Order: sequence, then structure tokens, then C-alpha cells
Amino acid sequence: MKDMLVQVEPLIPALRRYARALMRDRAAADDLVQDCLERAVSRWQQRRDGSVRAWLFTILHNLAITQFRQATARGRHMPIDDAGEQELASAAAQEQRLIYRDVLSKLARLPEEQRAVLLLVAVEDLSYADAAKVLGVPLGTVMSRLSRARERLQQEMDAVGPRNVVALRSLK
Amino acid sequence: MNQRPITEDDLHAYVDQALEPERRAEVASYLDEHPDVASRVAGFANQREQLRGALASIADEPLPAELNLSHIIESRKRRPLRAWRAIAAMLLLGIGGLGGWTMRSVLQDSSNGLSALAQEAAYTYGVYAPDRVRPVEIRASDSAELTQWISNRLKQPVKVPDLSVSGYRLMGGRVVATSHGPAAMFMYDDDRGDRLVVLTRPMSSRNQDAPMMPQSSGDVAGFAWIDDGLGYTLVGQLPTDTLKPIANEIRKQARPI
Repeated sequence: MKDMLVQVEPLIPALRRYARALMRDRAAADDLVQDCLERAVSRWQQRRDGSVRAWLFTILHNLAITQFRQATARGRHMPIDDAGEQELASAAAQEQRLIYRDVLSKLARLPEEQRAVLLLVAVEDLSYADAAKVLGVPLGTVMSRLSRARERLQQEMDAVGPRNVVALRSLK
Repeated sequence: MNQRPITEDDLHAYVDQALEPERRAEVASYLDEHPDVASRVAGFANQREQLRGALASIADEPLPAELNLSHIIESRKRRPLRAWRAIAAMLLLGIGGLGGWTMRSVLQDSSNGLSALAQEAAYTYGVYAPDRVRPVEIRASDSAELTQWISNRLKQPVKVPDLSVSGYRLMGGRVVATSHGPAAMFMYDDDRGDRLVVLTRPMSSRNQDAPMMPQSSGDVAGFAWIDDGLGYTLVGQLPTDTLKPIANEIRKQARPI
């Protein structure tokens, strides 16, 4: 268990970041990470060789997906526009904050599978092969999802500047 | 010079800094000559920077007590698998003697013995699935011997289900004791190390059939059914909608036709 502590503990902040970016809700995301850590502790010995990082993200991602499906089945849906944005950028400077807020709300509009791949690759620095393992899809699918995610996010970002979005939002 | 053509994948790998230095240089010089592609790539790189910046502060927050790994490890030592508590409860009932028998008949009566079967599978899972040293008696590499042994003990031919289409590999199996005689346990795992247990044994009457029913006990869930007097159950620590198609696959394979 000692070596588990050494290998897993440093990754918890990244797991939290991924969970919160996916769930967009601090409490729900931390619950998910807690669940993930409990599973990691109980399955530590059964883990196959390979990256601990990818293994942990796989557990977390599967829990998140199960949660999403249950939420969909119950007819609830995640709030898209304002859930937790304030929290997400709390440490950033005021000016930067608006830009950050804007990119996160655009990220939230991507389909869940595109969002996941972009976060794993661009934010969490997983290799493409590890991202494929986490998502349980072939490498080619990771690349095509990544490409679609980036094209789509770019379209959104080109369409309206951050200022305009803020102005539009305060109008409604 | 014969240079490999630049692909979309190269452009993304360039943004994600995942290219070998040599390839990276090739992509860089391509981008120098193609400003339109270069501006797309710059857009992607900008997205990456913004996303990282926007989310960075989350990773800097102090971890709440619930996410303290030492606490989680500690509390797990004090509180092992929930299935163990179920076993402890069962033992207490056993000590209660008559109480244990009453319990047994209740389990037996409800839905054709299906819940008794599922309960046995949950106990079997609780004992063998966490076992790191010898979860199975005979390994999958000796599956002919396993089939032979189990068919002898159960006094009827038993087929080992093949769950590779569902992503689970046979680890092996063993004969386990139940209050209704010997049962066959097969254990499977997937690449993530999630383990599944299939338990099968003859039911009390030969021609009995029962439709597939969801079962759960503690954090172990699964399905149980009876085909032609032989009871089957699949259990694991997975959501039931994940287990359902696997159970269907087992039932399909176990049927003679």
C-alpha cells in the first residue's frame, strides 16, 4: 500500500480537475474522485502493468460515464451555461477570467465524447495511446474525435469573441 | 528528398508536443510554407493554452479530507469487502442453528431457489474474487482438465462460457461448496482487472426452468436463471446494465441449440 500511496497521491489533483471539467459541479466531481480512489485502493493488486495514470483515469472516466447515463435515464440533464463556472476560474485574474469562462462554456457545448478526449489529451497530457485506453476506443477514433473537438471549438471561438458572449448572456 | 506527407494527426501531435524532434521540424517547416494551415494549428494551440489556464487553479486547491488517500486506505483496512459482513451475518445465523435453517428455506422458496443461488454466488465472489494468490484452483490454460473435473463433480456435462466477445478472459475455476451440494465457479477478468464470477449447479428438480432475474447482495450484483434443471448466476461489482448482456451471452452459449 505504501507504493500505491506514492504513485497515486500526486495524481489526485489532476483527477479532480478532469472530473470537475467533465461534471461542471464541484461536489459531484469530488464524490466521483472519492469513489475512484476507493476502487483504486481495492483493486491496486489486480492492476495490469502500464501507466498508473491511465489506469486511474480509466476508473474515473467509467464512473463519470455511468453517472451521465444514469442522469440521462432519469431525465435530468446537466446545466450547461452556469454550473460552477465561478468556481472553475476562482484563482484567475479578472480580465483573464472572462476569457477562461468563455472557453469553458464553449467546451461544455461539445458532445461529451469530444470533451473527454480534448481534456485528456490537451489538459491532462495523456498520450494518444493512453487516451484510447481510458476511453476504450481505438487510436484512430481518438484522433478523429480530437480533430472534431478542436474544429468545433474553433468555430465557436471564431464566431463570437469573449466580450460579445458576456454581453449576450447578461442580456437574457 | 522523400518526405512523408504531413497528416492531420501530425498537426494535432504538433500541438500536443507529441512528435519526435525530427518529425516536429518537418511539420514546422511545412507550416512555414502553408500559412492557412499554420493559422488553424495556432488556433488549436491557443485553445490548449486557454483550457489549461482555465482549469489550472482546480489542481492547486487543497485536497478535502474525503480525498485524502491515507484516510481512504486506513478506512478500508478497518472495513473490508462488504460481502464479508454478509458472510459474518450468515455465520451468526448458522450459530443460531434453527434460525439458519429458517433462513435457508426462505431463500429456497423465494423464486425457485434463484435467490439462494445468487446468494451463494455473492459469497463465492466475496471469498475468491479478492484473492490475489489463488483465486482459481485450475487455471484457464488447463481448461480441459477443469471441464472434466467440474462435469464429474456436478454429475453432468458443463460447458465453460467464453466471454471474450464481452472483453472478459477466463482465469480458471474451481468446485465450491454450497448448502445444495457442489457448484462450479468460473472466474473472468478484463484488462482493468474487474473480476466476474459465474456459478452454476444442478437445482433441486431436473426439469426446472426460471427466467433471468436481477439479484444483488451488498455491492455485488448480477443475474440468475435456471435452464433445464441447471442453475446459473453471473455476479460482479459492476452496474447491472453492464452485466445483463454478459449474462445473456452465457445463457445463449449454455443452451444446447
